[in-house]
Amino acid sequence: MNETHHRVTLTVNGVVREATVPGRRLLSDCLRHDLGLTGTHVGCEHGVCGACTVLLDGEPVRSCLTFAVTVDGQEITTVEGLAQGGALSPVQRAFTECHALQCGFCTPGFLCTVTAFLRDNPAPSEEEALEAVAGNLCRCTGYQNILKAVHRAAEIQAAEIQAAELQAEEGGA
Amino acid sequence: MKPPPFDYHRPATLGEALDVLAEAGPGGKVLAGGQSLIPLLNMRLAAPARVVDVNRVPGLDGIEAGPSGVRVGALARHAAVERSPGAAAAQPLLRQALRLVAHPVIRNRGTVVGSLVHADPAAEMPAVLALLGGAVRLASLDGEREVPAAEFFTGPMESAARPGELAVSAFFPALPARSGTAFHEVARRHGDYAVAGVAAAVTLDDDLRISAARVACVSVGPVPVVADVTAVCGPRPAASVAWDAVAAAVRDLVEPEGDIHATADYRRHLTGVLAVRALRDAASAAHGEES
Repeated sequence: MNETHHRVTLTVNGVVREATVPGRRLLSDCLRHDLGLTGTHVGCEHGVCGACTVLLDGEPVRSCLTFAVTVDGQEITTVEGLAQGGALSPVQRAFTECHALQCGFCTPGFLCTVTAFLRDNPAPSEEEALEAVAGNLCRCTGYQNILKAVHRAAEIQAAEIQAAELQAEEGGA
Repeated sequence: MKPPPFDYHRPATLGEALDVLAEAGPGGKVLAGGQSLIPLLNMRLAAPARVVDVNRVPGLDGIEAGPSGVRVGALARHAAVERSPGAAAAQPLLRQALRLVAHPVIRNRGTVVGSLVHADPAAEMPAVLALLGGAVRLASLDGEREVPAAEFFTGPMESAARPGELAVSAFFPALPARSGTAFHEVARRHGDYAVAGVAAAVTLDDDLRISAARVACVSVGPVPVVADVTAVCGPRPAASVAWDAVAAAVRDLVEPEGDIHATADYRRHLTGVLAVRALRDAASAAHGEES
């Protein structure tokens, strides 16, 4: 079968990227194969494991359950886009500090999921944090440290916001 | 795995979508959120000739809540309906049920109307529509028709939507004053499909006695099983209902099948237990108490 290809334009991690893909190209494969961004991992390919989670216009979605053509013109953030100017993001730092990754396969999905979660809920309860990561699987079963990292990331984020506010006050004084 | 090849269409208007669906006939498949369709494609359990992506069709993402109920458009994501204060006020069962649908990340993309058309007997939203006596609005080149829930679910993963038709919205009616709802389910893992689950709606009379009680059970039949248990529950206050008799009545009404996840007997037992929990919570909610 001679498949029709479609031109898609995606803004990935702030950079406008173009690809020519068949309708059936999964966003996960488009990111990895067409755009060379292999940070997004593909585990189960039917939405269960969460390894492929990326942010679509800021909201976490399964890139293996999304066609690239469907999101033509939209903004994607992958794990490669979480660090700011070479410095790891609060969530990434917390994962390092808390030993929340072992083999690292599931980590990109967790990082994207937790980044969006803490943006919407900067001080989550135990239960809220558990619910937030319940859709991501870690086959190394390092869940306790992942949960610790969610709360540690919330602390780091809060401290950074406070520091930035202090600096702004001092700057203004 | 990867999806099989298909012709991809992304209509820009409802008219264009209906044209393409009419032309595609039985080989056409509508793509909205894709959280049920794309797994089926990835696992090669479905191979439509044409996929009609309605994500760019304007006017389909509405959530209209009013005193009579909530109309949910074909592109309203689970998460949007779950967060809508208007929808929660008009029909609280929507939010109660949506919190049980898969995981938050899936709900960011999946749609309520898509869940209905997918018609999985283990899914929550078909049970909600069936319990409330809602309806699905189907559009085609021949016009629109409104199909009541009782006729919409025709079998496991089968709905009354015909080839060439697009489900444009669904209507979830509000309940009368002094009514309450609840949804309880048991799943092997959080976010998985329920081994058994029950949605309940209870209405109280002026003397706070149960005047109407209904349940809809998931995972115990080819379609959501709706049962009116008013006769066993009422007319008496929730505190003096013979709940064991209610559980027995619900157990007798369902005919579950066993599979690798649970035996038929276990599903039947669970359904009775969950029905009582859901009905008691619904009665508390009707009283205006926190459940």
